[in-house]
Amino acid sequence: MATKIIRILPRSIGRRSPTIVRHLSTGSAVFQEKEAQPFSSDGHDIVYGPYHLQMQDSLKKIIDKDINPYVDEWEAQRKFPAHRVFKVLGDSGFLGITKPKAYGGLELDYSYSAAMAEALGHINCGGIPMAVGVQTDMATPALAKFGSDYLKREFLAPSISGDLVACIGVSETGAGSDVANIQTKASRKGDDLIINGGKMWITNGTQADWMCCLVNTSEGKPHVNKSLVCLPMNLPGITVAKNIKKIGMWCSDTAQIFFEDVYVPRSHIIGEEGQGFLYQMLQFQEERLFATATCLAPLEKMIAETINYTRERKVFNQPLLNSQIVHFTLAELAAEVELLRSTLYRTIALYVKGQDVTRLASICKLKAGRLVREVSDKCLQFWGGMGYTEDVIVSRLYRDLRLVSIGGGADEVMLSIICKFMNTLPNQRRQ
Amino acid sequence: MSGIRVLVGCKRVIDYAVKIRVKPDKSGVVTDGVKHSMNPFDEIAVEEAVRLKEKKIVSEIVAVSCGPTQCQEVLRTAMAMGADRAIHVEVDPATYDHLQPLHVAKILSKVAQEEKVDLVLTGKQAIDDDANQTGQMIAALLDWPQATFASKVEKTNGELKVLREIDGGLETIKVRLPAVLTTDLRLNQPRYATLPNIMKAKKKPLVKKTPADYGVDVTPRQKVLKVEDPPVRQAGAKLASVEELVAKLRDAGLIPT
Repeated sequence: MATKIIRILPRSIGRRSPTIVRHLSTGSAVFQEKEAQPFSSDGHDIVYGPYHLQMQDSLKKIIDKDINPYVDEWEAQRKFPAHRVFKVLGDSGFLGITKPKAYGGLELDYSYSAAMAEALGHINCGGIPMAVGVQTDMATPALAKFGSDYLKREFLAPSISGDLVACIGVSETGAGSDVANIQTKASRKGDDLIINGGKMWITNGTQADWMCCLVNTSEGKPHVNKSLVCLPMNLPGITVAKNIKKIGMWCSDTAQIFFEDVYVPRSHIIGEEGQGFLYQMLQFQEERLFATATCLAPLEKMIAETINYTRERKVFNQPLLNSQIVHFTLAELAAEVELLRSTLYRTIALYVKGQDVTRLASICKLKAGRLVREVSDKCLQFWGGMGYTEDVIVSRLYRDLRLVSIGGGADEVMLSIICKFMNTLPNQRRQ
Repeated sequence: MSGIRVLVGCKRVIDYAVKIRVKPDKSGVVTDGVKHSMNPFDEIAVEEAVRLKEKKIVSEIVAVSCGPTQCQEVLRTAMAMGADRAIHVEVDPATYDHLQPLHVAKILSKVAQEEKVDLVLTGKQAIDDDANQTGQMIAALLDWPQATFASKVEKTNGELKVLREIDGGLETIKVRLPAVLTTDLRLNQPRYATLPNIMKAKKKPLVKKTPADYGVDVTPRQKVLKVEDPPVRQAGAKLASVEELVAKLRDAGLIPT
């Protein structure tokens, strides 16, 4: 499975590279020599120029004013108002960073998407950054690259403006990381597809206006029989069965969805019929980088909050922070975060240059998943009883970020991909 | 009718959310590696200028900032919010440490004359030194009327009607153009710089100047002797009864014995 991905990637990235080079030369080159210094003392400027930082500033203001004050309430309600939040982000241009200008996007290179993902990490929960990521980096990249003008006007443009909420329908009860194995089927009747089956773990699923849905459009080899379809969620035959209860990501709704004779025009197939699996694999690359980037701020936040807490918390007449195990552990974790950041920035720099980063993106995602578990667990331990309450951000992030190792390709899938590159993966025959 | 031309002063200050630390040698506050942004009152001034432009009252907005290279950061923000172009009057960091409101006022009034603007808009004060002087000094240097602490601005034939917050109430004044106006907190809610506008602002012109270009001498006339942290507030105590309170007050000599 992974070899396929590798072969496809360079071609499509190569196609994008001219724009990327142009943006880089207008973006950072002009300012980098003199201006890099004042923005940051810790190396953010390697892939980010002044405009990335200005954009992050603007996004953080929106987060401080329109998102963070409501997060607790939305967590309690187990749902955030996606239409309201996406409209605010869409109005300010944050939902179409890499998308074509003709549909309301900005056609900037991926480094701007990464900068946005990183800034989204300032939201005080994992659920909303994930929901935004679904809209910008999971449900729409294939549509933007391969979709017809009709589909882009109907689905892409309103998703960029924040008027429509999108979800991505890939996982099923029997197929998650194992994408090739999905069972949902579309048969053909005249100019229509008739879809039957169901999807599972659908983020934004109870609120979405449309789904970028992966279905089998023919029999045959699993990599060439699938198509991505733009599926309006108000069609007859679509049932949003339940809002799944999860240990974390509370304010993000997760649905199980059933399809029973859902009629959708064949013109809703994105790009070529049968290419859905390949398109989906492309979407996965940016998803991995996005996931890693959104982890950085929460990692730093957990460490910073733990420093504050353990400095105040007295144990045996001493601030807890004075225990060597506490301050040494936090230093070690901070060092790990910097390593993750460095790897991510290197991956982004190479990706923007047009290189295939399948291996590095998988390494980023793997290590991000591992590190959020380590940092949240160790920090929570230092918070003691307080860490076990719902009231503190560390416990929320402990619950929310556990998903990083599972969603968007589990750690084990990342390991398999890395093994492919190392030539150590035993030959597997699909049964 | 050709609209009025506005000059907006945009100071780069330490971000409002940053916890200020005094340098160990007490010569000032720590600025290295500290997040900076546009003075919030100046942001309100930019917003007001942009709103006046949207109402077709203003035809052109020029943003100006005096200070080190990084001031271009706030000028870019001003242009992303809607200013048409920017002037950066570069002052090296060492000189900038001692740059005073009068210097900035002299530079801005020269810029105002050179750019032939009809209105100078600035924040009522900057959140770093809280001087609240620059706008007034510009008015004095140019011999223009001033409307400070504006919380509402309206244009009536050739004049601006300005609502000001004063002690004990609101005052409405009229100023004839050209004039200097400083903005108060409640004048407006500044917009976010949207991503498309941030990108468009890249193409807007930013001109670099020096104080010498305007013939302004920036030699300091005052000297900062010492910068200190405000005294730490003493912890209070809970008292059980009124008698105890009276006794305490008496001990402190705050009520007659």
